[in-house]
Amino acid sequence: MDKLINDFSFGLFFWQAIILVVLILLLVKFAWKPIMTTITEREEGIKDALLSAENAKKEMMALKSDNQKLLDEARAERDAMIKEATAIKDKMIADAKEDAQAQGAKMIEQAKATIESEKNNAVAEIKNQVSSLSLEIAEKLLKEELSNTESQTKLVEKMLADVKLN
Amino acid sequence: MVISNKPLNLFLAIVILTMPFLGFSNAEKDSLTVEKHAAEAGHAATEHKVEGAVKTKDAVNAYIEHHLQDSYDFNFFSDGEKGVHYGFSLPIILWDNGLKVFSSSQFHNDKEVANVDGTFYKLHHGKIYVSDAEGSLALDGHDHPTNVKPLDFSITKNVVSMLFAAFLVFFMFTSLAKAYKKNGGLPSGFGRVLEPLIIFIRDEIAIPNIGEKKYRKFMGYLLTVFFFIWILNLLGMTPLGINVTGNIAVTVCLALFTFLITQFSANKDYWKHIFWMPGVPVPMKIILMPIELLGTLTKPFALLIRLFANITAGHVVIMSLIAMIFVGKNLASDMPISIGLTLFISIIEILVAFLQAFIFTMLSSLFIGMAVQDHDHDDHH
Repeated sequence: MDKLINDFSFGLFFWQAIILVVLILLLVKFAWKPIMTTITEREEGIKDALLSAENAKKEMMALKSDNQKLLDEARAERDAMIKEATAIKDKMIADAKEDAQAQGAKMIEQAKATIESEKNNAVAEIKNQVSSLSLEIAEKLLKEELSNTESQTKLVEKMLADVKLN
Repeated sequence: MVISNKPLNLFLAIVILTMPFLGFSNAEKDSLTVEKHAAEAGHAATEHKVEGAVKTKDAVNAYIEHHLQDSYDFNFFSDGEKGVHYGFSLPIILWDNGLKVFSSSQFHNDKEVANVDGTFYKLHHGKIYVSDAEGSLALDGHDHPTNVKPLDFSITKNVVSMLFAAFLVFFMFTSLAKAYKKNGGLPSGFGRVLEPLIIFIRDEIAIPNIGEKKYRKFMGYLLTVFFFIWILNLLGMTPLGINVTGNIAVTVCLALFTFLITQFSANKDYWKHIFWMPGVPVPMKIILMPIELLGTLTKPFALLIRLFANITAGHVVIMSLIAMIFVGKNLASDMPISIGLTLFISIIEILVAFLQAFIFTMLSSLFIGMAVQDHDHDDHH
């Protein structure tokens, strides 16, 4: 200890203190401050970049799942639309068929009715024609046969004979 | 003081461990060489007469001791046989009835006395005393001179080394800061090595000990101290012979900074825990007060002793191992052992250089963290 104290040199201590203080001040101003700021900034930058990359990744994932969802929805919608369309088509076809059938039946019915009435009319006309024709014939016949008195008397007699018979 | 025991023990253990090596090499010289290398011994004997050749155990010890101390000259190496030192003299600045500035080369004479404006200064064991023209000193019982010591603000070898290290640190990190500006926030070149170290200090030392919210304010000090100590420790590993962090005045100054920063940034809770420990009975509070108060001093004290002891131990061990070559006489057997062990210890010392800088910073931030953190009274005590 005595040797240590004897070795202690105040001059060296003095210079060391001055050198150290000056060195600290100079280094803080010209080295440590810019270096620490740069390192911190860079680390912050890296952290930010990583964070934003992570966020972008998450966003991408979200977007991807959104897309998938959208796609699925679209697909479902398409399927539903197709289904609906098919159903509508089927219904339309069925309806049309039914309508056509009904229409057809109705038309047939109408035709039938028309035919019937036409037939009746035709029959009635024929009947009229026949009756008028037969009357004409009968008239002509009667005119022919009754043109002389002899034949008229013969007819009357015959008729009277018929009536008698009845 | 519990923490500081460890490095002291390590220091002692290493010193004790190295003693046998020194002893062995000595024994060899005493017994074997005399007979085996009779011719060489004769040659060596002539060498021994030349003063300053570092060949004996005492000379090695003196050389190591000299290395561990601060110096007024920057010696790269010296030739003991010729008594020539290669290096340069440094300015000496004294405050002795006015400012006195002169070159340390003025001490380079037989008596180690410099005559400055009629006042004589004597260099004695690395210290400057006011003396007379003859350089005579009055010694007390412990061989310490009682002469007046002028206030010494000399630019010594350690001051030059510190300035060099400070310049190096400043240059490295301002260039990193510039690289950021030029490179759009990215390091370039050597900065790629420095940046992880800064992040290491922040993430492993500052944030865990001080806390996410408050660490930023102390980063300047922690980073500066870490790199300054580390660079100085590593400079101590170079053959330049620099030993700054193994100097008690330097570590005292560093620890004092940590102490002052701790005390001045401490919050109310910290002082409350020192003077009136919550959650214990009143008599205990009174007993704890001086203990806690002493604790604030022992913490930085442990810090300064740890750094000093570790670095000094490293230097002593490495120099002792290298000295084996010179003390022993059998070069063929001493050299591989010496070089092998020196290499091994050097690698460990490079680790220690980092470790001690790390521990100093770590403990500084721990002490600061203890002073600034908000206590939850429920979980401890």
